Amino acid sequence: MRRLVVLLPLLFFAVLAGIFALGLNRDPSLIPSQLIGKPLPPFDLPAIDSGNPGLASRDFRARPMLLNMFASWCVSCRVEHPLLLDLHGRGVPIAGIDWQDKAAAAAKYLKDNGDPYARVGLDESGRTGIDLGITGVPETFVVDKHGRVRYKQIGPIQTADWENTIRPLMDRLRTEP
Amino acid sequence: MKRLFFFLMLATLALTRPVLAVLPDEQLADPKLEARARAISQELRCVVCQNQTIDDSDAPLAHDLRVIVRERLEAGDSDGQVKAYVVHRYGSYVLLKPPLEPATILLWFGPLIVLLAGAVGGAIYLIRRRSHDAKALNADEEMELSRLMGEGQP
Repeated sequence: MRRLVVLLPLLFFAVLAGIFALGLNRDPSLIPSQLIGKPLPPFDLPAIDSGNPGLASRDFRARPMLLNMFASWCVSCRVEHPLLLDLHGRGVPIAGIDWQDKAAAAAKYLKDNGDPYARVGLDESGRTGIDLGITGVPETFVVDKHGRVRYKQIGPIQTADWENTIRPLMDRLRTEP
Repeated sequence: MKRLFFFLMLATLALTRPVLAVLPDEQLADPKLEARARAISQELRCVVCQNQTIDDSDAPLAHDLRVIVRERLEAGDSDGQVKAYVVHRYGSYVLLKPPLEPATILLWFGPLIVLLAGAVGGAIYLIRRRSHDAKALNADEEMELSRLMGEGQP
């Protein structure tokens, strides 16, 4: 019994070291979204060109959708773009917000690289992005049929993210009342 | 010569100005409001560069947040309301001074708990040792002691 008491500080140290080791392996740049489970903040954004409708928060209804934050100047958005085009081809509804960008640049970006979006809103000032709590682009929200945010992906969606996390969630959200 | 060189080096230091991330066009005309904006900005963490305040950071998002802080102040918000506006969007993560809430109880009181545990442990140890010291010698020990004491005398 006395032996065990002597070992207590060592045990205490081991537990602390374990907690710190776990903490060191977490990515500090991943800030958890404040919006999970909450409705999208209201926004009503203009279109990037006359051929497309703009995007408002009330457009998220009747079916679960992806809300992809992008910009024409964003390099990792270009990495993600082929996957978005692929999802669009498979009938996944994707809305886009063009963040801190110029309408003409975004229109050219979508003309050159293909347009995976059902609707695109232009957030030139970036205020809607700040209301959504984004720290950069790309970030992608999964929004359910009631306009509530259910998940946020920070950084480009990889095939594994889609297959393991987002696709199962979208399937589940479709069957939800 | 060396001295003069050293003096000149110090003198050039006096000519420099601290570099501010806060650009002149961001600053408010009202010095009182601007002072409050600076104080609030120094408590808000830049969400892009992690451990810089938005007051120190050159990141575009930090610039946007500085402008928002000033807009809210001009709209008549209190300091608390301005901070709440940012926390509502980015979470208490952005506060460099962690608030007292369920998730931070261990952070705030952990050191106190460890200190108390150490004090209690130390007190128990001291009390035990004292009671051990105070134990009277039995008859055999008394005899042995007086024999040893006696041996030492000439």
